[in-house]
This record gives sequence, C-alpha cells and structure tokens, in this order.
Amino acid sequence: MADFIQLLIGGVSMGILYGVVAIGFVLLWQTSQTINFAQGEFVMVPMFLMVALHIVLKIPFWPAFILMLVGSAILGYLFERLMVRKLLPGGVLVIVIATLGLSGFLRYGIQIAWTPQTLFFPPLFSTEPIRLSGITFSPEDIWNIVFISVIIVVLHLCIKRTKLGMAMQAVAQGRETAELMGINVRHIIILVFVLNSVLAGTAALFAAPIFFVRYDIGIFLGVKAFVAAIIGGFNQIRGALVGGLTVGLAETFAAAYITTAYRDAFVMILLFIVLLIKPEGMVGIKEEAY
Amino acid sequence: MKRWLFWGVVIAILCALPRFLGDYTLYVVSLTYVYTIVAIGLNLTLGYANQVSLCHASFFGIGAYTMALLLAQGWSFWLILPLSGIFGGLFGAVVGFPALKWKDHYLALITIAVNIITFFVMVQESWLTGGPTGVSGISRPSIGSLSFASDFNYYYLLLVFCILAILASIWIVNSKWGRAFRAIGLNELAARGHGISSFNYKLLAFAVGAFFAGVGGGLFAPLLRYIAPDAFTFFISLEFLIMIVIGGMGRIEGPIIGAIIVVMGPEVLRMAEAAYLIVYSLMLILVMLFMREGLVIVLDRLRKAIPARVGSRE
Repeated sequence: MADFIQLLIGGVSMGILYGVVAIGFVLLWQTSQTINFAQGEFVMVPMFLMVALHIVLKIPFWPAFILMLVGSAILGYLFERLMVRKLLPGGVLVIVIATLGLSGFLRYGIQIAWTPQTLFFPPLFSTEPIRLSGITFSPEDIWNIVFISVIIVVLHLCIKRTKLGMAMQAVAQGRETAELMGINVRHIIILVFVLNSVLAGTAALFAAPIFFVRYDIGIFLGVKAFVAAIIGGFNQIRGALVGGLTVGLAETFAAAYITTAYRDAFVMILLFIVLLIKPEGMVGIKEEAY
Repeated sequence: MKRWLFWGVVIAILCALPRFLGDYTLYVVSLTYVYTIVAIGLNLTLGYANQVSLCHASFFGIGAYTMALLLAQGWSFWLILPLSGIFGGLFGAVVGFPALKWKDHYLALITIAVNIITFFVMVQESWLTGGPTGVSGISRPSIGSLSFASDFNYYYLLLVFCILAILASIWIVNSKWGRAFRAIGLNELAARGHGISSFNYKLLAFAVGAFFAGVGGGLFAPLLRYIAPDAFTFFISLEFLIMIVIGGMGRIEGPIIGAIIVVMGPEVLRMAEAAYLIVYSLMLILVMLFMREGLVIVLDRLRKAIPARVGSRE
C-alpha cells in the first residue's frame, strides 16, 4: 500500500507535467488547427535558456525565470509569424512536415551550438524525503503538483471568465463568426501561440530538475504530450489534463509492476488501446473532422 | 531515342564508377542505392497515396532482421530477399489499418508510436534480435561461381536492384494501382465516388511502400555485415521523410534526388552528423514554405530550358 501511494504521487507529478504541455497542444489545435510536432522542443529550448540565464550567467532565480518566459514567448510568436501563418492554407500534412523540421532544427541546433551532453539543473524544492506513517515521498513531487495545479486552475478561470478567454473560445468555435462579432482573430491566434510557448516554458522549469537538461529530451516529451492529448480528448482542455495524468500514471505503474524495459513503449501501446476502444478520447466529444 | 541514350550513358557511368572510388566512397554510393529503394517505397505511400508513414525505418528494419536472422539459419540470400520484402509488406498492411480511420497528424503520431515500439522490441527481445548489439557476421550472396562478397561486386548487385526498384515504381505508378493511389491521395471522397475502394488501396499503399522498405533492409544487412537497432529508429524514418520531401513527393525522381542529397551530402561537405541534420531540418521547413514540389522542379525547369536551345527532344 505504501508503495502504491508513493507511485501514485510520482505518477501524478509526472502526469500533470505532460498535461500542461498537452494543454498547449490542444489550445493550438482548437484555435488555429495547428499541430505542433516541435512541442517537445518548445519545452527543451526554455530548459537550456534557464540553464544559460540562471547557472551560466548567474542571474538570480526569479529574473532568470521571467526572462526565460519572455524568450519562450518570442519563440511562440516567431513560430506563428514566420511559419504557421504561411503554412496553414497548405493543410495539416504540410504543418506536420514543417514542424517535424522545426523540431530537428531546434534539437540539433542546441546540440551543435551548446552541448550534446546532459546538463544538471538544481532541484527547485527540497528533495529531502518526507516520511509520513510509513509512506516516503519527495516534497519535490508535492510542490510540482501544487504549483502546476494552481497554474492550470488560473488558466482555466482566465479562459472561462475573462473577455480575452471568451474571445479565444469564440475563435475556437468558429473563426468567421468570431470575426463578425468584432473579435480580432489574428491577435487572438498570436495570443494563443504565445500562451502555448509560455506554458511549455513553465513546464520546462518543473521538468528540468526531474528529466535533466538534454538536447533530445523534447522527442519523448512531445510525443507523450501528443499521446496525452489524443487519449484524453483532443477537443478539450480537461481532456489534455486527464490524458496527461493517465500517461504519467500508466508509465509509472507499468514500470513498477510490469517491466521497466518497455517503460517508454507502454504509452504507445496505451495510445493504440484508447484509439481502438474510444477514439474520441476518454473525456472527448465526438467530432467529424479528424 | 535520345532519352534511351541519356539513361544508357548514366548507367555506363554508374557501372564504371567503382574503379574511380575509394573504399569508403564506394560504400557511401552503395548505401545511397539502398536508401533510394526505401525512399521509393515511402514515396508510393506518402507521395502518391498521401498516407503519412513515420515508421518506414521499422519496415526497413524488419527486412534487415529477416535477412540477418535467416542467413544465420543457413537459408539462401535469394530466397530470403523476397521474404524480407513480404514480411515488411505484411507488417505495412497491418500498420495500414489505422490509416483507414485516421489521417494526417493522427496517422503521423500512430506511425511514430509503431516505430518506437518496434525499436524497443529490437532492443529488448535479445533472444531473437541480439539486443542492443544486434547481429554481426552477416554474409553476402553469390550466384554459382560469381561471388558478391567483395564491396566492389556487391556494389553492382545493389545497382541492379536499385534500377529494378525504379523501374518497378514507374510501372506501379502508371498501373491501375498507381492511379488509384493518386486518386485517393488527391481526394479520397471523390475516389470512393468513382468506385475506388479506399479500404483496399490504402492498405495496399502501405503494403507496397513497406515491401520496398523491406527489400531495402534485406539488401542493407549484407552491405554493412552488421545490424543494430540504432539503424532503425524513428530518426531514420524522419530521414526517409526528408529524402522524399526535399526530392519531391509524388514524383519518380523525388526519392532518387533526395537519397543522393541526404546520404551523399554529408560526405561531400564533410560535415558532422548534427550539422547536416540541422541543414536538412531547415530544408524541410524551407521546402514546405517556398517550394512544396521539392527540388525536382529545378530539374523540370532545366529540362524545359535545354531543349528550347538544342532542339525539341520529346
């Protein structure tokens, strides 16, 4: 039982990270039908940015974090401005191929420009394990869960309650109608791209001490976030979160109770199972346009 | 007539080439032939039928492992080579099933997942695949007294198979299958309206594309004499994609141009692996942004420009 609870906490802490990255994925898809196969690299690049600012340049933590988020935002803005805007009329496949190219460009760019080695990032919180009636867990996991949950709740409230959030929903439901209602669709779409990369940057901060900082970390993060979005339901923010948690828990428990050898493959098998049984995702809504 | 002359000269040059090449360059050109065969397969699946496959390295790997493992059992190369293609093709048909329901980004993710799973199987199931270190000591074939054991002789075998693959792809593209692939690629609904079974032809597009990759794998294993799972990762699938996108999707010349650039480029430019991967990734973006037809249109323009001066050719 103690083992089970420890794994549960570890799995949720992992899953909620995947969830945040997946939420960005879903937001992009809903508002602009953009599939970003470089999503994992949008987490990897801020990781390196954080190392550069905080560890190499020795800028204090908070200013470094804010600068890193600004960097992420610029990345998201340029992504929309220079690539997506021109590619969207060509259809989804064109975006898929181009973002695969972007992911390679960022990945090998970091490898060449900086290092092919793994960099370490100091833990954000105490890693001294806490013992509570026989259960041992790391405060790092708990803080990750708390902080990311707060971020997700705030994001949710912003989308549901603020004018800007409602404008985003309107664009997601129908671009033309939103335009007729006086919403500046272009601005909203840029906003969503910036929001996505800022979310990814935030995830990077929490992910850096856990996964360590490596140029090829983005592949698995990106694929898992994509899988999370699909198995949760591609058309819902809630779905992305559920999907992320499912992925995190499934891989943690499978590694503990079945075998560690196929740790990263379990998620893929899970993808096939969900696609077979409930293709619209666990909490998703059926829609025609796959 | 002039066209035959042109191709005759090209083949003559390719036949004479090994005499002028060093050991390593000979190997690079041989590898280009193998990759061309696989890229031709991907071009049929993605370029013509518009079905994304990011697991062609899996099909390639299945062909290579079939060859390596059955050769070790003492089977004949000439019997295994078709089997490599058939196993690759059968697996391709299975992978094609999700394509019946999903396309574009869903299919891209599904095929990435397939590639990741097959890679794990290759690494973990060492009783079959030899694990991370793979299979070594793979022998090369012979016909009667003619042995292909030397790099020099094996080059010619690969050249022959590469030419056969190109001819086969021309034949397929112009056959009923090829027209059906293109129809589905252009507009699935309209194709179905014209009585083209999207069920049959989507599976067939995957199976045929994977068959080429399997045969490529079967030729790859004896070329290196050693195979390991690293040669069949998702990143290799991405390289196949880069080849046909840069070369030109849905064109016969596309995979040939692409394989030449992607395999031989780094050797010519003497770049580190990561450096050329940056360049190719960037090219993927640039081609999508500015030249979606691929580099083959440069060839088209040349072809149009030359006869105007020399006199009509076709």
